Amino acid sequence: MKKTMPKSNSPATQLPKCPTGIQGLDEITGGGLPRGRPTLVCGGAGCGKTLMAAEFLVRGAVQFGEPGVFMAFEETEAELKANVASLGFDLAGLVRRKQIVLDYVHIERSEVQESGEYDLEGLFVRLNHAIDSIGAKRVVLDSLEALFASLPNEAILRAELRRLFRWLKEKGVTAVITAERGREQLTRHGLEEYVSDCVILLDHLVNDQIATRHLRVVKYRGAQHGTNKFPFLIGDEGISVLPITSLALNHKVSSERIATGIPRLDAMLGGRGFFRGSSILLTGTPGTGKTIIASNFAQAAARRGERVLFFSFEESPNQIVRNMHSIGLSLEPLVKRGLLRFHAARPSLYGLEMHLATMFKEISTFQPRVVIMDPITSLMDAGTDSEGKGMVTRLIDYLKAGQVTSLFTSLTQGGHALQQSETAMSSLMDAWVLLQDFEGNGERNRVLYVLKARGMAHSNQIREFLISDRGIDVVDAYIGVSGVLTGSARVAQGALEKAAVLANQQEAATLKREVERKRSALDRQISGLRSDYESEALELRRIAEQVGTRTSVLGTERAASGILRQADIKVAGIAQGKPRLGRKN
Amino acid sequence: MKPKTVKRRTSASHRQPAKLWQLRLYVMGHTPKSLTAFANLKKVCESHLKGRYRITVIDLVKQPQLAKGDQILAVPTVVRRLPKPVRTIIGNLSDTARVLVGLDLRPAE
Repeated sequence: MKKTMPKSNSPATQLPKCPTGIQGLDEITGGGLPRGRPTLVCGGAGCGKTLMAAEFLVRGAVQFGEPGVFMAFEETEAELKANVASLGFDLAGLVRRKQIVLDYVHIERSEVQESGEYDLEGLFVRLNHAIDSIGAKRVVLDSLEALFASLPNEAILRAELRRLFRWLKEKGVTAVITAERGREQLTRHGLEEYVSDCVILLDHLVNDQIATRHLRVVKYRGAQHGTNKFPFLIGDEGISVLPITSLALNHKVSSERIATGIPRLDAMLGGRGFFRGSSILLTGTPGTGKTIIASNFAQAAARRGERVLFFSFEESPNQIVRNMHSIGLSLEPLVKRGLLRFHAARPSLYGLEMHLATMFKEISTFQPRVVIMDPITSLMDAGTDSEGKGMVTRLIDYLKAGQVTSLFTSLTQGGHALQQSETAMSSLMDAWVLLQDFEGNGERNRVLYVLKARGMAHSNQIREFLISDRGIDVVDAYIGVSGVLTGSARVAQGALEKAAVLANQQEAATLKREVERKRSALDRQISGLRSDYESEALELRRIAEQVGTRTSVLGTERAASGILRQADIKVAGIAQGKPRLGRKN
Repeated sequence: MKPKTVKRRTSASHRQPAKLWQLRLYVMGHTPKSLTAFANLKKVCESHLKGRYRITVIDLVKQPQLAKGDQILAVPTVVRRLPKPVRTIIGNLSDTARVLVGLDLRPAE
């Protein structure tokens, strides 16, 4: 895909390009080297100049149907065949099929005597003959500077080289000329003076005792090109330039969710765990349980029948298996069933690019659904920050393209720089779980929280997690006035709260009983008063009746006596007082 | 393949006495440069190797494939095939002293 893309992309107005087929190089140069012109590849010893030139030729013959001539000034045909065979190039076969001509040019200065004038027509004739014999479109001269050592007369040589490059252009072949890096100029003998169309510089820098190869397009006449220094590596399949800046963001995404193996953590992540194909960062200070959570994740995935690739940069596989056994995670059966594979390597073993290439290779052969890097930080120490970030970017892109879920653990130092140091990497990550330890009460307890989880509602709570011989248990942490309470403080706080509740309950019960008592006393009083009243009322009625009877009796007596005395008026007055008494009752 | 044909061409002279000198002169066409070189070579041989030498002139314009066998880069080039070891002189051979050193003639004389 990469190889055909640049061809179709370049408009007709642009310089015609000759695709190299070298992974990444065509992207940097916008389609390849200038077609029909010479390109200078320079660099120090062991930079990969010859390999790059050879790959240009081999890929030209195999992928683009362009035969090529390799004129070697330093290595014999047999050496060259053997050297590139290690990269999987069948140079001998291509020579047999007449797709490539190898020509070893050699002059031993001690065997050559110079007498009088000469020119390099012999070289031209050989090159011309080789080109015409197979209709070559590509030519490699590796490395022309060897001539400076062989031929004593530099003036003649320079004049002839100038003629040679002109001749190559006229011939219309795309040429790659390699040259040794000079001290103050690009090449030792100033070849850049003659080759002015495209210059590629290779170098091999040692940073902190780790060597990294870099490639830079110094000059590309008439075309835009990436000007950065790009790391590249020589792997099993040739050169691979890593143009981080040209990576595109167009992965397929999945909405499938996968469990972490820790139910409470799943619950914190919207109840269903992480997205498949997402990149997860797990940061924590030393001893916070990063590897344990990663192992849990690995185990959960492997138990679902998914293949898991575990890159360990600190512990050996056996050590991880043993350690996880102590918390009840048995990884060994999964390893035996071929679901879990460990790949352990010291970060300092080789440079970042080599690590990346190894990882790519492991991933492509094992085809895992889940990849774990433990810890990514120690790997990043193998290079500079930007290199490390570039590597992680490339790795994540590679994994995302294949819908592989990746979990990276990251070791952070304690203190405030904790999150700051991770900002560079966190932007690449879809989910970020932070592990921390809390010190207090003479103990150290682990807490965990989800710092970010793109595309899902996640818990904002800090949870304490306990590691026991039965595995991980995530529990709610108490939030008190003095902050989060964990460990024994959490237990103590729990007991305290329980006691307080109990006391409250008891008090309420007492109060209730008191009220009950008061009410019944009140009731009793009320009924006493009522019976008093009732008896008094009864008494009153009785008295009233007595009074009435007595009055009527008296009236009757008076009337009788009045009749006797003939006093009518007084009888009427007494009769009037009767209802007044009745109303009072 | 090509070097073999070269050998066969020279094998005829194998039966000659071991002292016979075989020289090859590689040139590009009949240019003045080529002619000068041939004349210079002949002059040296006549004065030092009279009757014991054979010069084969190879025109690379006509036989470009022969340039590879003797590792020819510069033109003109003289290659001493016999006696061994092979020796090479490049240039139009105008500097006779250097030609003699190149052909290893001085110490022998």
